[in-house]
Amino acid sequence: MSEESPYWIEGTVPETPTPAEYPQPWKTTSVIGRRMARVDAYERVSGTAVYPSDVILPGMLYGAILRCPHARARVLSVDTASSKAMPGVHAVITASTPEADIPWAYRRGPESRLFPTLCQHEGEAVAAVAAETPQQAADALRTIRVNYEILPHVADQETSSGPKSPKIWDGGNELPARPPYQRGDIDTGFSEADIVLERTFTTACEIHAPMETHGCVAQWDGDRLTLWESTQGVFAVQARVAEILGLPLSKVRIVGHYMGGGFGSKLQAGKYSIIAPMLARLTARPVKLFLSREENMLCVGNRPPSRMTLKAGVKKDGTLTALAMDTLSTPGAYAVSGYGLEDWQIRDLYTVPNVRTSSRFVYINAGPARPFRAPGHPQGSWALEQMMDDLAEALGMDPIAFRLKNIPSVSQARGGKPYTTTGLKECLTEGAATFNWETARSRPAQKSHLKRGVGMGACLWIAGGGGPPSTAIVKIFADGSVNLNLGASDIGTGTKSVMAMIVAEELGVDPHAIQIEHADTATTQFATPSGGSKTIPTESPAVREAAYAVRRRLIELAAEQHELNVEDLGLATGAVISKSDPTATFPITELEGLQKRGLVMGIGYRGPNPEDVAITPFAAQFCEVEVNTRTGEIGVLSFLGAHDSGRVMNRLTYDNQVFGGITMGIGLALTEERILDQATGKMVNANLHDYKIPTALDVPAEMTSLPIDPHDEQCNTTGAKGLGEPVTIPTAGAIANAVFHATGVRITQSPITPARFLEAQAAQAKEV
Amino acid sequence: MAKKPTTKGREHDGVTRRGFIGTVGVGALGAATVGTRRAEAVPEITTPEAMVQIGLTINGRIHRLLVEPRWTLLFTLRERLGLTGTKVGCERGECGSCTVLIDGQPRYACMTLAVEAEGSQITTIEGLMDGEALGDVQQAFVNEDAFQCGFCTPGQIMAAEGLLQANPSPSNEEIRKGMSGNLCRCAAYHHIVRAVDSAADGRRKGDNR
Repeated sequence: MSEESPYWIEGTVPETPTPAEYPQPWKTTSVIGRRMARVDAYERVSGTAVYPSDVILPGMLYGAILRCPHARARVLSVDTASSKAMPGVHAVITASTPEADIPWAYRRGPESRLFPTLCQHEGEAVAAVAAETPQQAADALRTIRVNYEILPHVADQETSSGPKSPKIWDGGNELPARPPYQRGDIDTGFSEADIVLERTFTTACEIHAPMETHGCVAQWDGDRLTLWESTQGVFAVQARVAEILGLPLSKVRIVGHYMGGGFGSKLQAGKYSIIAPMLARLTARPVKLFLSREENMLCVGNRPPSRMTLKAGVKKDGTLTALAMDTLSTPGAYAVSGYGLEDWQIRDLYTVPNVRTSSRFVYINAGPARPFRAPGHPQGSWALEQMMDDLAEALGMDPIAFRLKNIPSVSQARGGKPYTTTGLKECLTEGAATFNWETARSRPAQKSHLKRGVGMGACLWIAGGGGPPSTAIVKIFADGSVNLNLGASDIGTGTKSVMAMIVAEELGVDPHAIQIEHADTATTQFATPSGGSKTIPTESPAVREAAYAVRRRLIELAAEQHELNVEDLGLATGAVISKSDPTATFPITELEGLQKRGLVMGIGYRGPNPEDVAITPFAAQFCEVEVNTRTGEIGVLSFLGAHDSGRVMNRLTYDNQVFGGITMGIGLALTEERILDQATGKMVNANLHDYKIPTALDVPAEMTSLPIDPHDEQCNTTGAKGLGEPVTIPTAGAIANAVFHATGVRITQSPITPARFLEAQAAQAKEV
Repeated sequence: MAKKPTTKGREHDGVTRRGFIGTVGVGALGAATVGTRRAEAVPEITTPEAMVQIGLTINGRIHRLLVEPRWTLLFTLRERLGLTGTKVGCERGECGSCTVLIDGQPRYACMTLAVEAEGSQITTIEGLMDGEALGDVQQAFVNEDAFQCGFCTPGQIMAAEGLLQANPSPSNEEIRKGMSGNLCRCAAYHHIVRAVDSAADGRRKGDNR
């Protein structure tokens, strides 16, 4: 894994051929950029969309997994005799079942087993059952008797490597050290500074908590396996399942037409993706296996906690001279993915000649981290954007003016590669203007115990430029109707709708009339999982290329048939038209070449990105909060997101993405925290009542999306960059800055619960 | 209702859960309709003989079926009747993905036993359709893009429908309150509030119904 591909590709990076001819950037568009209702909206609001957890097959059984209730324990024995005899139970599997006695490898770090003898976190799989109803399956789990030897555990990353901590792995609790990132000379940088500040920031562990839990339905048809899986990437699941079950890729079909949210936690197959087919094979029946909410909270990913000590040096005129950050985080009990990258904002967001960052990672007995919407970035932003606010305060500068002083034109962390475009400055200035920053900032403080304040934060996202591979196919049939085929999943970001708009733009057809086949390994083309804010910049050029190929072919057919010059022809609604002769139109349905063949097909590939440039989305967010200094309650009153994610493809889904990302960031700032009981190592809030994700009452009444489009003609043929992750990166830091502006209290620990605010306020009052 | 024939294993798991559902989850509706069904200790394991015949009125149509007393309305709707528009999010009354209308009130179908719902009018997302045409709240959700992954959406729409039936002219604050029992991790709330507002507006103007 390179630093620049944070999480979506394992092993060899496949490539697709470079297109022979790139379409030129759109000068004007008639469909792209509109506010368009989704092409699959009907299915999603009517209840007819079949999500994987909705699949019901004849004779289907229900699977369930028995999970270790201890933070760390050795399984001494598992007695399944009475569970096997229970009514409705068809199969019980454990580590002693030959088929299930298999290793379970994560990308790095220690290996485990499908059903490990050494359970390293609460919720490790110990056994699984298949029964005729989920209730019978739950009954069967309750009658399995497991004899555990409870072992000492580690529930806190702060003490994990301390002398009193038990060694949870033979190799120790520390992950292998990574060399620090360095540029310039950090000591020189600090010696040149007029002001040096240092603070330690922490962020709590967050759980992805998608509304559809992880799981799948497995069905065998002879030696062919079909899995309906709730996933962000059907091909990633296919590869893992085929590898573990020893099946040819061609015999493993993964279907993921709809899925109920992932946020990074569903980029890969889970143990359920293997256990369900195993149970299905043993019982000769289809098996549905979806995790409970508690299992979801414990086992399938999190944004790990972080402690970041950030030191910054700045000259009196506001020039940054040095940034240094030491980070401590944990991947959980296993090194799966989704930890690290806290320092990317520090490395790359502002012009700083001297930077040094180092990260330490330690194991604890908790569920493994997985990539969570911009891994590492909101954490690093929490630290950096608050530090920028502190520095501005110390300098007596406006926070925006200070940031504007330090805007880079090149990616310093990528060896000085220039950005194809950067809208960071415009995000700051236009965002501030629309938000009325100066007026809001200079409002006199209230006398009441209710204090209002405004704050802001900026960010970039490490990826978001997309890249190969991707293959898309567009077909036009003899009657002029169109079919689009691509492998990518639509995880709720509106991928299908945007791709339909691209085809519509090129072919002059109604985007809602385009039939889309996607996210099915048997019927669509290879695609990487939808994650990393890369789906639109990856898939859109391939789809445009495919549509463009169809367009060219239709024009050629018209030129051949009517002996016309290709250069003079274009395509409008349902017809080839002559540019020079407005009266000459040739309906597509009357093209002989199309009628004889029945089909014209275009294949589009995602070519490589331009070399020696960096493609990066930028953003700035602004907010107003009201703090009740008596109760510590914080209300977010308004938010504005100014985002440079390149071209706006669908303004309606774009805005929705901005508001959704901000809302998730509000959760990080104010409410979300996995709480592990230190004495037992168990998670005490493994449910949606005690683990608090934002509700409709937590979003500001006033939210504004302000797209900044710098017209990037270099990044790819559609000019679009990623949006889904930047929208949640600067939010929490902006809120903390607004709380500071309102109250003068700097909260460095997320989430800012009422108790935490009151404690900090009291501590500060004591100091003064 | 049949007597429970078997009681295996530890009893407290079943009793605790049942006690919780009976006293907390269903509220007024439970008190009105549960009657004798709640009084008995629940065995941990039920056998097919323990099934009871009930009739559920769903979207205006009566479905007669055999259920285990412990089956939730959610499970029965989805896995026995194939009405999978109602989604499973937590099965513990926290997320609202399974919201349906019971006698016009938005209720979590995961916190309602199928046997408790007998005699009530149950409306699911499928029941808001007029044939293949979307209902007005559904259409408002389309127009305002009031969802992303769409998984919580049927529950959101049912909550909105219940809100509008009780309060045809909700203020923005009342909408936010009325929708706050339905979690959306994609956080399409801003658009959801707009959609509910626009649906209310449409009804007042008589655009639909």
